[in-house]
Amino acid sequence: MTTIDVRDVYKNYGKTRALEGISLRVEEGEIFGLIGPDGAGKTTLFRILTTLLTPDKGSATVLDYDVVKDFKAIRKLVGYMPGRFSLYQDLTVLENLQFFAQVFGSTIEENYYLIKDIYQQIEPFKHRRAGQLSGGMKQKLALSCALIHKPRILFLDEPTTGVDAVSRKEFWDMLHRLRKEGITILVSTPYMDEAGKCDRIALIQKGRLLAIDTPEGIVNSFEKPLWAVQTDQMHLVLQALRRHPNVASVFPFGDVLHLTPKSDLTTGELSNYLLNSGFPDVDISLIPATIEDCFMELMAE
Amino acid sequence: MKTLWAFILKEIYHILRDRRTLFILFGMPAAQVLIFGFAVTNEFKGASFAIYDQSNDPVSIALGRHMSGSGHFKQTVVAHRTEDIHQAFQSGKIKMALVIPPDFGDRYRSGNRPEVQVIADGSDPNTATTLVNYATMMIAQFKAQRVNAPLHIEVATRMVYNPELKSVFMFVPGVITLVLMLISALMTSLTLAKEKETGTMELLLVSPLHPMMIIVGKVLPYVLLSLINAVLIIAMGVYIFEVPIKGSLIALLGLNTLFIITALSLGILISTRTQTQQAAMMISLLSLMMPSMLLSGFVFPIESMPWLLQMVSKVIPATYFIISLKAIMLKGVELVVVWREVFVLALLTLVFLMASWKNFKLRLE
Repeated sequence: MTTIDVRDVYKNYGKTRALEGISLRVEEGEIFGLIGPDGAGKTTLFRILTTLLTPDKGSATVLDYDVVKDFKAIRKLVGYMPGRFSLYQDLTVLENLQFFAQVFGSTIEENYYLIKDIYQQIEPFKHRRAGQLSGGMKQKLALSCALIHKPRILFLDEPTTGVDAVSRKEFWDMLHRLRKEGITILVSTPYMDEAGKCDRIALIQKGRLLAIDTPEGIVNSFEKPLWAVQTDQMHLVLQALRRHPNVASVFPFGDVLHLTPKSDLTTGELSNYLLNSGFPDVDISLIPATIEDCFMELMAE
Repeated sequence: MKTLWAFILKEIYHILRDRRTLFILFGMPAAQVLIFGFAVTNEFKGASFAIYDQSNDPVSIALGRHMSGSGHFKQTVVAHRTEDIHQAFQSGKIKMALVIPPDFGDRYRSGNRPEVQVIADGSDPNTATTLVNYATMMIAQFKAQRVNAPLHIEVATRMVYNPELKSVFMFVPGVITLVLMLISALMTSLTLAKEKETGTMELLLVSPLHPMMIIVGKVLPYVLLSLINAVLIIAMGVYIFEVPIKGSLIALLGLNTLFIITALSLGILISTRTQTQQAAMMISLLSLMMPSMLLSGFVFPIESMPWLLQMVSKVIPATYFIISLKAIMLKGVELVVVWREVFVLALLTLVFLMASWKNFKLRLE
């Protein structure tokens, strides 16, 4: 069953084009990731789906309710966690949770089983003001508040931005447990490495979708060979490689360079070229593509 | 109902935990009453003045004593030449001078319209006018007290409702108006703008909460707080400044409640049009506080305003509130006597509520 159906949605802010013809479907019970850099239009799409904005063109339904006409019905059924921490900073952890439970006509006890795993981690601090929590704890509280009324869909707008690596991992483990409860999750992130944790992802850039597929599907669609170039002189080697006529593209990628060659180039030839350019200590190896490589490739097209 | 209670509870937490808000809520009204009551007053005591008695006659000396003996004036300079008066004015030693011409005593006894001259420092026109008025009244009083005083066209001035010209009587209703406007309108517009600024409005919108619930939940605690404040100010007026409450207390509280709702509806209206606390504060101060203070008849009489400003004062809720408040507090009339003012106030409230209802955005746009 399709829980979210977006059909050719456009949205402008004055002259700024935020969304240009977005279409996607999210199936019931899946974790769907919206992957893209800042300013790609992720938040705008979230706000349209949570009925906070109306599309200029096109239409969208959430649980078969139209986001414009039936906004009241949608607001009862979804949980939303905005990109910015948006709880009451001067209320305590417990007071925030209580308030959001009551706003939805529920109680903490009623759906405690849903948030138990998350909430237990912040429970020792339940009398602390939300504004004084660390980034990871704020995010756990925000997720608890978005979940406490047992929504059918969770909208999580960049939930892991500004959160440490350990908390990020815990957070994703939590999302997988929630999926088992039958909650559909639409999550956005600027971190490409989190894409692999989604069932399906959409790559978004400048208001357009570049691809929609499973993470494996996206990676497999990368047809060219990909080389990792390891060196101590990243910057100079990068410049040397960019000058080579048979290099299709090369990007810095963490502490290595990712390179896609044109068809008639071999690693041996490239090693020689670099040796002649004065870089003897260079290691070149064939590697499988990552989501980020695909993203770079699709962006370049 | 449970949801509403949760909302009100949350709002009370906000208010109690924000020291700045608490200070504005309770510190400001008290400070305003005290400042207006004690400092900003048209009354004066012991204003320094000079007497230049050219007549030097038993009657003129008696007049001088009468002036200094009242407690309102204190003679600090004895002038012997016109020069002395100028010097005393320039050095700021005196605020007023009384000049008694040489023929004063003779004219007084012969009933031939004796004259005196009162000179005041016009660089401070408000004080000058008040001093001159007082002096004129006291001279008239002097004549009335004395036997075989000359026949004189006397200007009978009688101050009704505030015979002693106690300015605090006028200020208490004005301060109530200002404080209620400040707390009710400014605080509501701020608290709603804050929800927008911190992003919590987004969460409230994406919930089954009815917009009416958001507004009522926000506003109810402030109605209560404002009412407490109104009672506080009235109590301060009664116990510290001895302002009488001649009318019915219930009518007074009812009137206050109506005005609080008026101010709250204005606050909501402002918050529907603003996105940040700062903008809400600026608009509240400029469009509500200033007119309520300057154009409502609190500080300046409406009758002496130019035509255009008189028109403006007619749409300011504070104008009607002050008129009916003064009538009930100081004149002790029944509520029905000021039904027109109350009616206009209610009508304005309804208009503001409708406007904010129409302007309340169900979305972020």
